[in-house]
Amino acid sequence: MALVYTTLGEVDEALLEKKEGTFEDDNELTTWVEYWKDGALVHRSAHVTLKKMPPIGGELQNFT
Amino acid sequence: MANTASLCTSFLAELMTATHNFGVAPIRAATTADTFKGALYLASATYNASTTAYSATGEVSGTNYTAGGVTVTNATVPASTNTSATAGTAYWTPSASLTYTNVTLTTAFDTVLIYNSTQSNKAVGVFTFGSQTITAGTFTLTMPSNTTSTALVRLATT
Repeated sequence: MALVYTTLGEVDEALLEKKEGTFEDDNELTTWVEYWKDGALVHRSAHVTLKKMPPIGGELQNFT
Repeated sequence: MANTASLCTSFLAELMTATHNFGVAPIRAATTADTFKGALYLASATYNASTTAYSATGEVSGTNYTAGGVTVTNATVPASTNTSATAGTAYWTPSASLTYTNVTLTTAFDTVLIYNSTQSNKAVGVFTFGSQTITAGTFTLTMPSNTTSTALVRLATT
């Protein structure tokens, strides 16, 4: 029995409706999971993986 | 052989470790790395290149989220790589994901500010991602690969 941390406390995953999704672009890969019970969202987690950030701190130009 | 004008790639890396001081800088009593933190900000906030330090204004709030965010794991020192006689990159990336555990953040957020909590909370960078909310869950922000082209912080000559 897998327990899920929710707004109702820890609930058996089998008693919940699970929804998952992903989003990907040049900047990130994101996955998320939601658990619903009786039409109410009781858990949502997200995992964002950054792929490539623009340079910060400036680019230093050569003298030539 | 000929000389080639260029800023030195080693200098770029040394900027990340406060080796050079062209002006007035903090007295650094310690030779260890500073502590950096990551704070989350609402999508409605206005953090950008003009940000100079951490602020609670516009920061997310909710169950189990501590103002100021979480400490960044910094187990990998800055590196630098020459790509030619005139080009090189110094780079650094946190060595672990930022994890906000069992939080409830119901107002949409899309930004993490990395800042130096050792040096008066001075800002390092503002990093954005797709807008999120979290309900009794965990938000994990995994860093990009620590390479010359993808690292979180990159200083480069061109």
